[in-house]
Amino acid sequence: MTTGLPPIDRRPLRRRRWRAAGVQLACVAVSLFMAVPIALITLAAFSSRDSIDAYPKTLIPRQFSTETLSSFFHATGTFPALGNSVLVGLYTVFWSLLIGAPAGYALARYAFRGKDAYRLFVLLVRALPIVVLSVPLATMFLHLRLDDTVLAVTLVHTVLALPTTVLITAGIFVAVPADLEEAAQVFGCNRRQAAWQVVVPLALPGLAAAAIFTFVLSWNEILGATLVTLGHRTLPAQVLTALGEASTPYRFAGGFALIVPALVFILVMRRYLLNMWGTTLR
Amino acid sequence: MTLRARTPWLLLLPSIVLLLALFGWPLAQAVVQAFRGGHGLTVGNFSRLFHDPYFLPALRNTILLIVIVVPIQLILAIAMTLLVQARPRFLAGHFYLWCLPLAISELAAGLVWLSVFGNRGYLNSLLIRLGLAHDGVQWLGYRHTWTMLLAVVIAEVWRATSLVFVIVVAGAQLIPRDYDEAAQVFGANPWQRLRHVTLPLLAPSLQVALILRTILALQAFAVAQALTGRDFPLLVGETYQWYSNLQNPAVASAVSLVVLAISLITAALYLRTVRAPEEAR
Repeated sequence: MTTGLPPIDRRPLRRRRWRAAGVQLACVAVSLFMAVPIALITLAAFSSRDSIDAYPKTLIPRQFSTETLSSFFHATGTFPALGNSVLVGLYTVFWSLLIGAPAGYALARYAFRGKDAYRLFVLLVRALPIVVLSVPLATMFLHLRLDDTVLAVTLVHTVLALPTTVLITAGIFVAVPADLEEAAQVFGCNRRQAAWQVVVPLALPGLAAAAIFTFVLSWNEILGATLVTLGHRTLPAQVLTALGEASTPYRFAGGFALIVPALVFILVMRRYLLNMWGTTLR
Repeated sequence: MTLRARTPWLLLLPSIVLLLALFGWPLAQAVVQAFRGGHGLTVGNFSRLFHDPYFLPALRNTILLIVIVVPIQLILAIAMTLLVQARPRFLAGHFYLWCLPLAISELAAGLVWLSVFGNRGYLNSLLIRLGLAHDGVQWLGYRHTWTMLLAVVIAEVWRATSLVFVIVVAGAQLIPRDYDEAAQVFGANPWQRLRHVTLPLLAPSLQVALILRTILALQAFAVAQALTGRDFPLLVGETYQWYSNLQNPAVASAVSLVVLAISLITAALYLRTVRAPEEAR
């Protein structure tokens, strides 16, 4: 017995499946493009000197070795440079938050004349190429006898990070409801107490994100750090200046050492990335 | 002035002072230094620069790099955004990988791709194992300008597409889904929806991404430095050379002013051309 129903048209369903498969395939392709180079340099960093020199290389590792990495870390200057990088990063975070967060708070909470002018000024600083500032700053530090110090690099990085810090923290403070602050004032806090005891704790996760972001900015900055230092280089500056005479294993180990914090950073920051870039860049 | 009106300026003051001292003043210094000679004003630094055999190739390479890299990144980032919006499986994993290069420095990216493109690198190894090449290709050989450009382009696309991607995704999330659904109801095909609905609404994000990426691409130098040394000169790399190796801050300032001029011109161009359709809408 046949029913009166027409046969089911499976084409739309099939088209949908094909589309989903295509999307998945494209995603995997992009992911491979992003991941394979990182896998390769990791492989290179954990290979022995012999297998780095071997040619043609095997793409599947035979044995692991920490020889390359340990010789990189035992090279002259690597450890002090690593220390300088961390120090400069922490100082930069401290100063740019100390100076930038109040400015961000002012932008978020007050309406005042000149607000747009200030915003424009900050954006202008952000949009200018660093290189224009690096050379005169290097000369200026030379005159002030500040050259080749951690302080000099910190100043350069702080001024680079400051515009972003101001804009990001403004976004963070806007997200904290003003009602809570007013409520605190009703219960007898003055403005400063309300800001310190109510707003700052609520904004803390966002501020932490901004801090990590600033740290990475400082960790990755090369040109400024290279120009203002000679003996007290940060790690990227150290690797850059050593490139000329460095051996291949040194380069690969250096590249890997510079990448590791990035892996951790993005893992921690995944949730904040979109908010940070989305709200601050408009 | 009342206390209330003064507070915001008190909060802004430290940042203004610092930015003026470490930004306004050096900027003025850069201009002065670039034009100062032994006896008063001079364009000698610039003429010295223009007669340097590395300068014109550096200028050409920098502009080539921008012209090639920025459009690729923009298209790739839009495609990646559309993929994210299609909600594939394992989205979180893919997203993590796609954002990874965001935190990777130029120098590290250059070194990563050096392991691939080096004479005894992974790419040549692969080619030999597949029987596609007898002895490998000298990708980074100093006479092979085009393969060097290719290597630098791939490294830059790899490193900096993430930034465009994050900006575009953030912009796309602000667009209400209703618009797209309405177009669907009225029978628009996917291409029409992309062309007439999604892209116009993304225009502000795309503009920001374009300006930011162009200015950052102008500053590229460590990628090329790590891959090729000075064989593939770029403008900022030349600044570094003039300052560090040739010990001539005046010419270094002159190069940096060239970079500044190009960034200002491109930013102004973008602001004019990308804003225009928005007003017409």
